[in-house]
Amino acid sequence: MRIAESWLRDWIDPDLDTTALAEKLTMAGLEVDGVHTEGGGLEGVVIGEVTDVAKHPDADRLSVCRVITGQGEPVEVVCGAPNVVVGMKSPLAVPGVKLPNGLKLKKSKIRGVVSNGMLCSAEELELGDDSDGIISLPADAPVGAALADYLGLPDGIIDVDLTPNRGDCFSMLGIARDLAALTGAPLKVQAIDVVPASIDDTQPVETPLPAGCPSFAGRVIRNIDRNARSPLWMTERLRRVGLRPIHPVVDVTNYVMLEFGQPLHGYDYTKIRGAIRPRAARAGEKVVLLDEKEITLHDDTLVITDDSGVIGLAGIMGGLSTAVSDDTVDVFFEAAFWPPAFMAGQARSYGLHTDASLRFERGVDPHEQVRAVERATALLVQIAGGEAGPLTHVLNAAELPKRPAIVLRRERLAHLLGARIDDAVVSGILERLGLGVEAVESGWQVTPPSYRFDINLEVDLIEEVARIYGYDGIPQTTATAETPLARAGESEVEFDRVAQTLIARDYQEVVNYSFVDRDTDAAFTGETSGFELSNPISSEMSVMRGSMWSGLVTSAAANVARQQERVRLFEIGRSFHGSPGSHREIHRVAGLAVGPAVPEQWGTKARPLDFFDIKADVSALLELAGDACRHTYEPLEHPALQVGQSAKVLRDGVEIGVLGKLHPSLAKRFEIKRDVYLFEINADLALVAGVPAAKPVSRYPAIRRDIAVVVDEKVSAAAIVDAVASTAPALIRDVKIFDVYQGPGIEAGLKSIALGLILQETSRTLTDVDADTVTSSAVRKLQQDFAAELRD
Amino acid sequence: MQALTELVEAAASDIDAAPDLAALDGVRVAYLGKKGELTLRLKSLSELPADERPSAGQAINAAKQQVQGHYNARRKALESAALERELAADAVDVTLPGRGTATGGQHPVWRAGRRIERIFREAGFGVRSGPEIEDDFHNFTALNIPENHPARAMHDTFYFPDGMLLRTHTSPVQIRAMVEEGAPIRIIAPGRVYRRDYDQTHTPMFHQVEGLVVDRGISFANLKAVLHQFVEAFFERKIDLRFRPSYFPFTEPSAEVDIRWSEDKWLEILGCGMVHPNVLESAGVDSETYTGYAFGMGIERLAMLRYGVMDLRTFFDNDLRFLRQFR
Repeated sequence: MRIAESWLRDWIDPDLDTTALAEKLTMAGLEVDGVHTEGGGLEGVVIGEVTDVAKHPDADRLSVCRVITGQGEPVEVVCGAPNVVVGMKSPLAVPGVKLPNGLKLKKSKIRGVVSNGMLCSAEELELGDDSDGIISLPADAPVGAALADYLGLPDGIIDVDLTPNRGDCFSMLGIARDLAALTGAPLKVQAIDVVPASIDDTQPVETPLPAGCPSFAGRVIRNIDRNARSPLWMTERLRRVGLRPIHPVVDVTNYVMLEFGQPLHGYDYTKIRGAIRPRAARAGEKVVLLDEKEITLHDDTLVITDDSGVIGLAGIMGGLSTAVSDDTVDVFFEAAFWPPAFMAGQARSYGLHTDASLRFERGVDPHEQVRAVERATALLVQIAGGEAGPLTHVLNAAELPKRPAIVLRRERLAHLLGARIDDAVVSGILERLGLGVEAVESGWQVTPPSYRFDINLEVDLIEEVARIYGYDGIPQTTATAETPLARAGESEVEFDRVAQTLIARDYQEVVNYSFVDRDTDAAFTGETSGFELSNPISSEMSVMRGSMWSGLVTSAAANVARQQERVRLFEIGRSFHGSPGSHREIHRVAGLAVGPAVPEQWGTKARPLDFFDIKADVSALLELAGDACRHTYEPLEHPALQVGQSAKVLRDGVEIGVLGKLHPSLAKRFEIKRDVYLFEINADLALVAGVPAAKPVSRYPAIRRDIAVVVDEKVSAAAIVDAVASTAPALIRDVKIFDVYQGPGIEAGLKSIALGLILQETSRTLTDVDADTVTSSAVRKLQQDFAAELRD
Repeated sequence: MQALTELVEAAASDIDAAPDLAALDGVRVAYLGKKGELTLRLKSLSELPADERPSAGQAINAAKQQVQGHYNARRKALESAALERELAADAVDVTLPGRGTATGGQHPVWRAGRRIERIFREAGFGVRSGPEIEDDFHNFTALNIPENHPARAMHDTFYFPDGMLLRTHTSPVQIRAMVEEGAPIRIIAPGRVYRRDYDQTHTPMFHQVEGLVVDRGISFANLKAVLHQFVEAFFERKIDLRFRPSYFPFTEPSAEVDIRWSEDKWLEILGCGMVHPNVLESAGVDSETYTGYAFGMGIERLAMLRYGVMDLRTFFDNDLRFLRQFR
């Protein structure tokens, strides 16, 4: 909400400058978003009176005006405004004066006539966007006075970002009340001239739903001057807080709303048919609102009806059928209390958001209606004349919000804040806030005022005390509560270790959005995501990812396009599975590598990345879980990967991840011209660690025996190693594959595989005989199982 | 026969003159070898009268030791010179770059996030997490934000057709943790959160760290202390903090915390407050016995301040040229 400082000071005038005032508000929870000055740069602009208007001899649209300023000779100016007339009072700038837009006025000749100044429009003085004519000041504006002084400019404009609990602060009165509590400055109560009724007309109001309309005040004013315009002092104030003048009736309701926080509505009285009856809408009823849009109602909306049907949305917006217009002469003002429970979410459900709905949703004072109507009546009569009927006020007192007293315990206050505040200070704060305070043994019994919808619990009072006392006054005390030691778990590999491992292997961590394009995700998972957002930002971010790869590949493609030769990325995050209602989020560690296997460097031949580079990275990651689990790799067919270059990895038989080469057609889709390798690990399964179980190390030397066998190329290395190891599990410590060969000397369809057997006993030194026995039984096993031939 | 002393002198000068180990060895043979001059003298002792033999023998042996010592010293000098030459030939250009693989780096958001985690862990906070696809109850209702509460408008929420949503903050973890573990509790919960907002200063996904401490006797003064300590630990310097009253439905009193970034510039860095009794009760914690504080901070915000990142969106561009600055 915007506050004009000059307006606020009508209500309270603390001894603080604009900056200090803003600071005070901010530190009391009424956060000031910004402060700026309105109407600066008007030095030298004075109020002039036009005493003569003559046609310009050479230009139809220009006039030559004589303007007096009360001092010196009358000034002759050439003026292009269509609205200039004799007797008009208007801002005059003479040569030498600098306008707010920085333009310095010079004496000039316009079409042959010397102009000694300028009569100014609102736009020229940056006092609005009206550029159709010069500003017409009221007849009683003092000629010769500085315009800035007359208008109370410059004025500080304070933009307050109110939190949803402070509906009571959406007005000058509301802000002033808080400032009174904060500064101790007195609230200047604005007396209202109640216009006596001079006619008998009243608008009947019936409340068939009393709970929805506990208080409804109204007044009829007839025969207003349809040509009347809102006075400058009012339109200036409205303008400064961001409202445009529209019509005196509308301007008056806006003005009073900004004064008291009570939204009002002005009807064209002659257009109302029969009694006004606020009630719940019937589903499907329609109404055309002031913005000329028709809406279809749902049945939990409070509407205003008359004999013709729905004529407005209670507390949100009036209807078009009863709207005031330039022809309106008879007016009915409505000020009602629509309870927050009936207003919550209503405006939003119709895509509306109005000054009225904002206030009613948060709660307006249920005791403000009569004052608001009286004030509006007085203002309208002052502006546009007319005769007012008697005030009508329908009050369903039983339905007014109850404000039971709340006990604030002294001990609870001290305990929650960690500070003991003097009793007198506490009760002083509560009283200044307008709360009813009565001392009781445990503390205070407090009755909140009708306008404070946010005070219902003891803790609400504690907050009020703390807020006004100032959070700065509360000390900092380190809690001394006993904290049980946290279990330093070893059963889970921390993501920090995972990250450090990958970083050490030259992977850069990235963060991709969890929502991705539906088709892209499907290309990586082979199925359509079950989690499509109802309201995505864009179609590229519309489904929750089922795979981490779409983000990684997209990021890699962008980097490749930025001339990055070698890209290696990883991300730790979640993927989303299952279906709505039974969804699972799986923690994932995923990586991508593209480009040479090692960075370009001297003395090392560049080598393209292959499957085994990324497999080494995956193994390094999985080994963080310890040696107790056994990882095996099996060939895999995967929608995103190239067959024959992809594998799943199993831990003790359970699949925990996949890795392989991105399918060339997908690489092409992302415009990556090189081989891309990917991995994705289910961290929930893969990073469960075993506690190491130590075994003694052998004190006896190990023996190595190398063998090379020729087998069918389809026999997997893992099968060969397993077969060899199984022949003497007690003696074979390790089986290393140190060469795999196909080519000249080896028949097509076969391969040569060279193994190094590491043999060791824990209780004795092995002999050559032992080694030979093991080796030959290994060879026999390979001959039996795989028809292997020993290679010399 | 040459005098023994002259012989020793001649040997010394020959030793000194030997330019390399081979020449030196020649000198050694000439004086100390089987047929060397000194060896021959020893052999010729038998030709002397028996009573002269002991003193002459002593003199020859002394001379031999003298020559041997001289030889040893010279040999050592020549050997180390040879080694030095050999090593000099082996020298490399140390300015050439090292070989092998390079190292990657952390994402700045997680670099900051993991530090925050570490700071709180060391103060005895446990780390918890919760689902990112949340239900309305945990994200709003249990946090004292009933349906149609105006505060819901503050969170522009992503929804799924079945009414589930992407959590708008990490606060639902408060509820889940309290329901599961009860009080007392002392946790943080870092993670991804989502709001439907995308412009220069908002991304639809960002990271928060939630903090929650519930115990007997926890006060606002404790909250002030822990956050001040945290901010100074994170930025590694003394920093002025300002607690400004604010409003969150799930805490009361609530505050936004600003840090003094320069003389008259305060920057908001987090929101916090005392856990609202309704929230404690909705998680089954007795709000008379227990009080608590909670806070929530945006990791991106802190990372931007810490590392001088100007544009939030760069965190999610994954441009290696940007990311490599945060090893």
